[in-house]
Amino acid sequence: MSDNLNSTPDPTDPAGTRAEIIAHAKSMVEKLENGDSLEAFKVLEELNRAKDVTLFEELGRLTRSLHNAITDFHIDIGLAQEDQKEISRISDASDRLGYVISLTEDAANKTMDMVEEAIPTAKKIQMTAADLKPEWDKVLKGEIDPAQFRALHTKMGVFLDGTITASEELSQSLSNILLAQDYQDLTGQVIKRVIQLVQELESSLVDIVKTAGTVEELAGIETSALTDDAKPATEAEGPIINKEKRSDVVSGQDDVDDLLSSLGF
Amino acid sequence: MKILIVDDFSTMRRIIKNLLRDLGFTNTTEADDGQTALPVLKSGSFDFLITDWNMPGMTGIELLKAVREDPGLNSLPVLMVTAEAKKDQIIEAAQAGVNGYVVKPFTATVLKEKIEKIFERIEGS
Repeated sequence: MSDNLNSTPDPTDPAGTRAEIIAHAKSMVEKLENGDSLEAFKVLEELNRAKDVTLFEELGRLTRSLHNAITDFHIDIGLAQEDQKEISRISDASDRLGYVISLTEDAANKTMDMVEEAIPTAKKIQMTAADLKPEWDKVLKGEIDPAQFRALHTKMGVFLDGTITASEELSQSLSNILLAQDYQDLTGQVIKRVIQLVQELESSLVDIVKTAGTVEELAGIETSALTDDAKPATEAEGPIINKEKRSDVVSGQDDVDDLLSSLGF
Repeated sequence: MKILIVDDFSTMRRIIKNLLRDLGFTNTTEADDGQTALPVLKSGSFDFLITDWNMPGMTGIELLKAVREDPGLNSLPVLMVTAEAKKDQIIEAAQAGVNGYVVKPFTATVLKEKIEKIFERIEGS
């Protein structure tokens, strides 16, 4: 693990470098006080050497922790076994998300199948009932003769039989629609696992970035500040998931209509 | 009335197709992005185009612009039905000559209202 991240050189000075520098400094002052400038410069050179050694040691330490962090992220270019495992975890996540798409698509199609079946059934009941209604009204008003009544009686029997069958079909379609919603549970579980993986990867990446930053700083490498490569304002973004927090998006159809009418639509 | 529905998700195409059928429009054709839609539009005499924005290949806004640049298609009424909800996008679509803009998720009533409004305006002009 990258437990040494961002830490300053150990204050207890285990390598003894600080003690060495102090000793050199003291000896340099001593030499200067004695008027021995040449010797003092030699000590200064020694000091420079000690500085370089400290720098290299620190750089080495950070490089090691960077390497560890990268290994934690399992993206070694050498494709060690661990890495393949990680890559397969990512491809596993892609597979899982693909599964979510296919499950939601199936559910949507199943639901639409049922709705398409149910609509004509409901329409048929409605139309037959609408057809019978005027004749039934005549019965209520006593404006029907026996022959008409017998015909209506038969029609009514057929209608009732038909309605029993049709409403059974409708109930069946409705419960199938209900069952088709089971995708929510299944896809929810899958998505949760993928979110977990993304979070793990993010925290490993943050470790790498932190350590790399310290190495760069110490080595005097200057990287230009991250530029905000802003996307064109009209690039497709997909559904907006945080509408209430954004001022550049419309909150719904009413907003769209207002905006368009302000443009002369 | 011949209508082309362009969306990369087949379920969305199916929903729109069903809603259109309820409104009495039964002559519909489907395409899954701008690239496949454009040749279909050019080859057939379509009266109306309903398109999504975000699609692989060729997006809806590119399709709209291509339609407006084509002498044979430039007067075709276009309704955008999309999840893209940025104000700049709506303005861009308006400037590109869209006839209506519906944001997803939408209701049957909204779709009906926008389609009717487009035809009213065309008949009125």
